[in-house]
Amino acid sequence: MSSRRSRSRQSAGVSRTSDEQINDLVSKLQELLPELRRRRSDKVSAGRVLQETCNYIRNLHKEVDDLSERLSELLETTDSAQAAMIRTLLSQ
Amino acid sequence: MASTLVSNPVTNSDRARESSKRRKKKKLLATRDESQNPNAAHGSTQWKSDPQQQVYSSKLLQALRQLRISSSPTAPRRSRAVREVADRVLAVTAKGKTRWSRAILTNRLKLKFMKNKRRSPAASAAGDRLKKPRVSISRLKSKNLPAVQRKARVLGRLVPGCRKEPLPVILEEATDYIAALEMQVRAMSALAELLSGSGPSGSTVTPLGSNRPPPS
Repeated sequence: MSSRRSRSRQSAGVSRTSDEQINDLVSKLQELLPELRRRRSDKVSAGRVLQETCNYIRNLHKEVDDLSERLSELLETTDSAQAAMIRTLLSQ
Repeated sequence: MASTLVSNPVTNSDRARESSKRRKKKKLLATRDESQNPNAAHGSTQWKSDPQQQVYSSKLLQALRQLRISSSPTAPRRSRAVREVADRVLAVTAKGKTRWSRAILTNRLKLKFMKNKRRSPAASAAGDRLKKPRVSISRLKSKNLPAVQRKARVLGRLVPGCRKEPLPVILEEATDYIAALEMQVRAMSALAELLSGSGPSGSTVTPLGSNRPPPS
């Protein structure tokens, strides 16, 4: 109980996992981001990586929203197109 | 012959239970080892591979066809429904290995029983509880700065199911979630292209024959 309280007062369990592991995860995340892939990891701070990750995820969410809106319109109007779609998907 | 048939099930079941236990232990150890290796194909989902995208596309197609029959006529509700279906299929394709996929799937169940107003006060209370202790940390390591913590919390809110998780968990979930989202975008745009491309072309098959110039 007291250990749980002291752990929560520390920054969310960082004492359990080392900084090195966190840096490793941050660099792995950085590899995925299109903005920061070219730069070397020692020039990009963790805060910057987190910021870019948030922006990128928001962008992807927006893209998915736009795509689902487009898909909903297309599904509404086309009917026989689905048969053609299934045929193309199966033939891949 | 009859005696062996009778005795075999008893011994076979014991042996089967033991061997399945051993197999389960081996599989557990194997997945634990493989998940530590970042390039493992079994521990984490390979979102960039084509088969994975095809699995997602076919499941999405099935789900969308079911949705089409029972959809509401208003436009914003329709796109929201498509988005929810796409997210649900994405979570199913992830096979529940990650927190965000499990959170998406359980959220669908929760929303069916609980109203929206019950969720928002709980969420804001959790946010207040999380914001307060972060400022009092005085250690000057880079990860414990309030700015980094704040961004980590924002990221935790963006990735489903990671609001109360510590930083390393959030980073790991975000890595998988971004790859999954990218695949989702690729699959949905391919689907949209197919739908918009095959729609008009399907109806213009006959006029094409007449429009072709005669060979001379």
